[in-house]
Amino acid sequence: MKGQVMTQLADKNTHLSNFSQFDQSAAHAPAWLDSLRRSGIDRFEQVGFPSTREERWRYTNVAPIARMPFKLAHYDGQGTDLLDRYSFGDDAASELVFVNGHFVQQLSKLGRLSRGVFAGHLPDALESRSAQLEGALGRLADVEANPFVALNTGFIRDGAVIHIPRNVEIDQPIHLLFISTTSREPAVSHPRVLIMLEEGASGTVVESYVGGRGLYFTNAVTEISLEDRAQLDHCKLQQESGEAFHVSTTQIRLGADARYVSHAATLGGKLSRNDLNAVMAGQHADATLNGLVFIGGEQHCDNHTMLDHAEPNCPSHELYKHVLDGKASGVFKGKILVRSGAQKTDSKQTSKALLLSDDAVMNSMPALEIYADDVKCTHGSSSGPVDEEQVFYLRQRGVGLEAARHLMTYAFAADITRRIKVERVRRRLEEYMALQHGLPLDLRINDLASHDEAVKQL
Amino acid sequence: MTIQPLLEIKDLYARVAAPGGREILKGVNLTINAGEVHAIMGKNGSGKSTLAQVLAGREAYEVTGGSVRYKGQDLLELSAEERAREGIFLAFQYPVEIPGVSTSYFLKAAVNAVRKHRGEPELQTKDFINLVKDKMKLLHMDPSFMNRAINEGFSGGEKKRNEIFQMAVMNPTLALMDETDSGLDVDALKTVAEGAASLRRDDNAILVVTHYERLLQYIVPDIVHIMLDGKILMTGDKALAAKVDTQGYDWVDRQARQVG
Repeated sequence: MKGQVMTQLADKNTHLSNFSQFDQSAAHAPAWLDSLRRSGIDRFEQVGFPSTREERWRYTNVAPIARMPFKLAHYDGQGTDLLDRYSFGDDAASELVFVNGHFVQQLSKLGRLSRGVFAGHLPDALESRSAQLEGALGRLADVEANPFVALNTGFIRDGAVIHIPRNVEIDQPIHLLFISTTSREPAVSHPRVLIMLEEGASGTVVESYVGGRGLYFTNAVTEISLEDRAQLDHCKLQQESGEAFHVSTTQIRLGADARYVSHAATLGGKLSRNDLNAVMAGQHADATLNGLVFIGGEQHCDNHTMLDHAEPNCPSHELYKHVLDGKASGVFKGKILVRSGAQKTDSKQTSKALLLSDDAVMNSMPALEIYADDVKCTHGSSSGPVDEEQVFYLRQRGVGLEAARHLMTYAFAADITRRIKVERVRRRLEEYMALQHGLPLDLRINDLASHDEAVKQL
Repeated sequence: MTIQPLLEIKDLYARVAAPGGREILKGVNLTINAGEVHAIMGKNGSGKSTLAQVLAGREAYEVTGGSVRYKGQDLLELSAEERAREGIFLAFQYPVEIPGVSTSYFLKAAVNAVRKHRGEPELQTKDFINLVKDKMKLLHMDPSFMNRAINEGFSGGEKKRNEIFQMAVMNPTLALMDETDSGLDVDALKTVAEGAASLRRDDNAILVVTHYERLLQYIVPDIVHIMLDGKILMTGDKALAAKVDTQGYDWVDRQARQVG
């Protein structure tokens, strides 16, 4: 027991010592930000990393993260190759590029955004709107709720801030690209994102987390505040290196009649844990959570989602799909909380897993907590291999055995990707799926949109 | 000059492919020539559907004896997809639902798999659309079918119509229709059967597997077989089907006992 406590202290010390270095280098922050960071690191010092004895962490052992002596990541001038690969180019209204957690102005594209829209990094935002940030940063993502949020909060410095004022609509996506480069020593970055949409505002934000090779740790926190009637289409695409650790928390608050759509995809990372919590804090708020996990090898991905119905008359929809190959393991814990008084809640949750090998494992746990009596909540969960009846049907029409299996896999995942409105994201996912599953060229669905269009003309 | 039969089944035995699997086909003999329509009738459990599935290459059944030659080659050597590419089409008794794969996309892939096998150029979307247009009219199909996932949420009748529609598009050399009439109302039966009958040509053949005679009023068979307990018990013309319609299958059992 004593040995264990010692280990835990050593684990924490890595980050506490990072903080003392960081604290000096971030001396020019306003006092409120200093105390916010302090509250984060204090909380982390108090609780440390979670263990699998805790229910929320039962299926994900973060000891490999805790044990690793991560240094704070630095910008090393690298990453342009990854930028070339993942940049949205002209398809983004604005593209903020962070390398190893540091905003890199010369790689970013700060487009001319309309009427008071802000998309920039935290230091710039502090200059122009410090008071607004003081009320918003750290308000939704609670340091008490999750040790990783606490840790991230301790290291807030270079985050992304997006603010869309009242009734302003932005058509093109704003792209937040977080690049991690290979370094000699394992490094950690704590990306922080704050998205604020005022009443009636609407926009599209894509977060991409990408890496080349090597072991590193990304610990991201995103806070999203949607005031009444605001609408956000939000994509989070995780393509970290195959050895990386990725932990993220996304906390959303929806006002009345607000609409939030999330498309969260996990392709990379050796160990990923995503917490996605949406609170419907106004009537007729509408939340949609779509998730795709497409992993193999010894990758592990744990998605914890929460649909918190705090007010009446809110619909929510959730669909998570896992494709697990090799010895990959997936976890889905989907909680629907209907608070007392949240009558006429209409919530539908579905989790499906496709197991491509006998060694792949899926744990799917829906959790309904309902304190109102006039609600409609449904959930369904299924997991299994490719259906051989379906494969035979395809083969009987001339499609080869491997191609049939690939097609079934592709179709399973495409059910999620075709819902994604941002073409760059959709294409990137579909290309990845085609590549991973070696689909023969004549079976690739890369002209699906034009094909569908032609068929519609019938 | 002797004409090579399109399909020649000799003393075919097959069982369920599982340890201790039940034997279902117990010495089937059947020869089908190009230009012919054959019907295999029989009670439930007689083995008639199994025969169709074995011919299509379903791995749930294991062939334990006998031979099948198709267009002069050993059919049993070919995988299910190779048989399909060689022109064998099975209209399923229970068409499978495949969520996420649109009918049009799947059908284009299927048509092109066959074309590739024949060394023909792939059809582009535009040519494919032209090909399916007429066939959709033939089967009275709503164009929206094409954008829906294969059979997903289709009614029983819609699924069967979709099978024959696919058969029309694929234009097979040997069509196996497995209980296509089951679950169809009179109007749907007429549409489906007339659609199938219009595909008769001198260079292809249709094998209709059915319990009832009513489908055969639209696809009039040249030869009718009656199967019982894994074997073809008797062979005749369409009068045999009419006899089943009026007298059921009891007399078949009686005759089998006399023969046995």
